[in-house]
Parts: sequence; structure tokens; C-alpha cells
Amino acid sequence: MISDRPHLLRSEYDVAIVGGGPAGLGAAVAAREAGAQRVLVVDRDTEAGGVLLQCIHSGFGLHRFGEELTGPEYAQRVLCEALDDGVDVVTEAFVLDVAADHALTIASPRHGVVTVQARATVLAMGARERTHSAIRIPGDRPAGVFTAGLAQRLVNIDGVLPGRRVAILGSGDIGLIMARRLTLEGVEVVGVFELLPHPNGLSRNIVQCLHDFDIPLHLSTTVVGIHGRDRIQRVTVAPVDETLQPLMQRAWEVPCDTLLVSVGLIPENELSQQLRLRIDPATMGPVVASTMETSRDGLFACGNVVHIHDLVDFVSAEAELAGRHAGRYATGQATPADNVRLLPGANVGYCVPHTVSTDRDHVVYLRVRTMFDPCLLRLRTPDGTVVHERKLRYVAPAEMVNLKLRPALLQGFHGDSLIVEVVPR
Amino acid sequence: MTASYLCIGCPLGCRLEVDDDPGGDILEVRGFSCRKGKEFAAQEHVDPRRSVTTTVALLGADLCRLPVKTAATVPKALVRDVCRALRAVRVIAPVQAGQVVLHDVLGTGVDVVATRAVAAG
Repeated sequence: MISDRPHLLRSEYDVAIVGGGPAGLGAAVAAREAGAQRVLVVDRDTEAGGVLLQCIHSGFGLHRFGEELTGPEYAQRVLCEALDDGVDVVTEAFVLDVAADHALTIASPRHGVVTVQARATVLAMGARERTHSAIRIPGDRPAGVFTAGLAQRLVNIDGVLPGRRVAILGSGDIGLIMARRLTLEGVEVVGVFELLPHPNGLSRNIVQCLHDFDIPLHLSTTVVGIHGRDRIQRVTVAPVDETLQPLMQRAWEVPCDTLLVSVGLIPENELSQQLRLRIDPATMGPVVASTMETSRDGLFACGNVVHIHDLVDFVSAEAELAGRHAGRYATGQATPADNVRLLPGANVGYCVPHTVSTDRDHVVYLRVRTMFDPCLLRLRTPDGTVVHERKLRYVAPAEMVNLKLRPALLQGFHGDSLIVEVVPR
Repeated sequence: MTASYLCIGCPLGCRLEVDDDPGGDILEVRGFSCRKGKEFAAQEHVDPRRSVTTTVALLGADLCRLPVKTAATVPKALVRDVCRALRAVRVIAPVQAGQVVLHDVLGTGVDVVATRAVAAG
């Protein structure tokens, strides 16, 4: 991933983008296509590409490129698209602040602390991992407890193994991928422990990462204690009842020198909070309109900084939307404001975007709270009139649901809010 | 006999069923929602195969590990052996994406290739 003219940083841009992962790079290309002349991507790492660079497994790009790519291959494609389009990608640089007039304060060893004036900004900082302290496991605090993504970076980028005998808490995709990865590196993975009665990762990963290697998956089971003085020596695990309370009398000990925690991601929100953007407590990311514009004028957001996506392909699609509207905003062709609020109803944890417009096509991403077999995805008015209904075969919290909204579906609807709900069939 | 598999072709994760006769010939495949799923079920039933991704040692660059993949699938039973064979491989930067780092791994007829470019450091 080599740029011909690395580190070029001008003083003025049409669109400036914070974060050079798939979201930021995708937004940059779309901003150029929408007419923005000068587009800047700022990334804090030594090279752009984001978390994809450490995701060396395949499974990326089926939707976007029609073939299965590894993370580095996907990253290389989106970076090349951006560089070929004349986007300036500046690495080892950190955005400290975005002023209301889109003046960005950027710090980097190469450029010092500089101000760059943009006309529109896109936030694409991605996510960080929830840690074991975020889920409060009792016991000691020895070395050897890692988030799954950190272990992934250690193994795949730094070439260091986190330990020799590993227990994994949480069945998120990164944890499953790491169970396989460590096994292939000769590490013993003693088991994956999931609090909920169903796995949190994709079924394909249960098969190809756990079943293929006979790694046990313990559902409705969690880690209730961490033991060890300097280095972790064992964990106590226990099954949980329907209310997710551990049944301590049935607890058992699992010897291990490493505990990986794979308990989800949260949007990287430091900048969003500092800028006092409206944050949705359900997504923990900024509230966005259908153009991906946040509560601040000309400040757009896309990717995992808005809500956690299952697939990078969906991140790229959302980035295209944010980049296009940022490009239009920067060139004086801002899209009119939305006229309908979307509210999560029964069994829906959140939906993004938070508002839509009745005159354009939209894709609404939503996450359900619980698993359902056949069910109905329903769009209704607050007084109960059903506007649209779609049958779904199966839904689960781990799998994002897409709702395609077309103006035709909303014909005859004149209200200012719609409720999105999922009900049993 | 009926055997069931879960498709790993895409995130949908279709539940597949394969019926065969006592001679092992496949009679019917059910549960797929695309051509790839049907092919996967038949393949998984007689000769399960997987792509392998891992890293190899990289010299002469800022990075110390080079991500690689098998250019095609290899028999599932050989996945661990492929990784073991790759532990002996050393690649010297610069590297092009798609560059072969090991020909015909373990006599499978499948090459192992780099999945990214790396400049000489």
C-alpha cells in the first residue's frame, strides 16, 4: 500500500476525512465523484487501511466486489481507488479538533500542529473494543488478559503470540476468528464461553473457526473469576440461568495462561463527544440524517463510528453515501433536510439513519434485541397505521437487518415520524 | 443417509442437507439458496476443503509478518500442516500482492500467495 506522493498536506480542502479505514477511504472516493476537488484523509496509523490490515482472514468483499477477499486485499483496493482519484492520504497524523467552520487542527510528527481549512468534514474513526473492565469480571488483575482484536494485532502484525493456553470470553466474530488463528499457530484454545444462549458471531465462523478444529463452544456460560498473581493461571466459569445470573454451585475451573475477551465494539467517540454532537445512547454513535450528516452542519459520519457493522461491505456502502453528501455540501449543493423521524419500536434496538426523506431511496440498518424465527418487519405510524410490512425468515441481534425504503412505500403517508418494529408472525 | 452442513460460502449461513445412497453417490442436495451453496454441500460431503490464511516471516521491511493465503482451497485435513510448512518460509521485501511465496504447498498443486504489497524498508 504505497502512495506516490505520501504526506502531501495542503492548507485548504473541500472535504476532510478523519480516519483512513474503509469508511474514510470510501467516503473520500465518493466525495471526489460528487465534485469535491481537494479531498484529505487523515489517519493516525503508519499506513491507511484501518483494522482490515490485521484481519488477514478472508470473507470480505462478497457484496462489494463479488469475490471473497482477505482484509489486506480489501484495504489495498479501497486505498488504491482513493489514491488513483487524487485523494491526499496523510498517515501518522491525528485530528485534535474540528472547529464549527471546518478548520481541522492536526498533529503529526512530520507536519507539527497545523490547521487545515475544509468546507465539510467526515468522521470515520471506526470503533474500539469493549474491554473486560467494561464487563466487570471479578477476581485478580494479572497479565494475560487481552481483547481479541489486540491479540489479533499482536499475532498478525507484530508476530507475537499472546500465550500458550487460551480461553476466550464472548463469541463475537473477532473471538471466533482468533480461536482459529491461534490454533493454527500451535496455541491450545481451551474453549469459547458465551453468556447468551446463542452465538454472537456468524454461523459460518462457528463452523470454520470452531467446529473445524474441535474447539468447544459453551453457550449460556460466562467467566466469573480471573486468578493469578503475575500472570493469569486459571479462570472460573459458570453456567447462567435465564436471567443471565451465574449458577455458582455448578462453576468449574479452566487452567489457562491467557484470556481473550471478545465482547463487542463501541464507536470511537472521543472526537464526536468533544464536538458535542448528539449521540444515540443505543448505537453510542452520533445521530445522523439520511445524508449521514450529524447534528452539526456539514459534519458527516460513516462506518463503525456511527454504529457497529457486521460487514465491511456495508461500511463501504454507508461511506459512499456520507462522502457523496459531504462532497455536495462542500460544493454548495447541499441536500434538503429530511422530513420523517424513524423511531425504534418493539424488539428494535436501534435504526440508522435516524431521519429519512419521503422523496428519495434509503437503506435503513437496524438491529433487533432478541432472536426470532419467522417474523414481520413493520413500519407504522405512532397511531398504529401500518405503512409497510416485510416477512423475514429469521433475525438475530448479531445480524444487522436492512430495510430498503422507497418513496413509493411512503405514498399516502403525511406524518412526521414512523416506528420501525419487528413482531412475531 | 442424510448429512447436514452449514454453508460457509457467505454470511447467510444456509443449513444444507445432502442425501446419498449406500455407495456414497449423492442423490439430492437441499437447503441452499445459491449455486455456490449447492456446490459447497456436494464438495463438503465427499472432500471438504478450506482456504488457509496465515502469515510468514518478512525480512527487509518495516513489517515483520507478511499475510498470505492459499490461492485455492486445500483438503481440510491438511490445513494445520500447510501452516506448519509455512513456518519455514522467509520472504524478502519488496513484495507484490499475489506474489507466490511457496509453490505447490505439500504437493496439493496449490500455491501460497502474498495478500498485500510491502515496500522495502
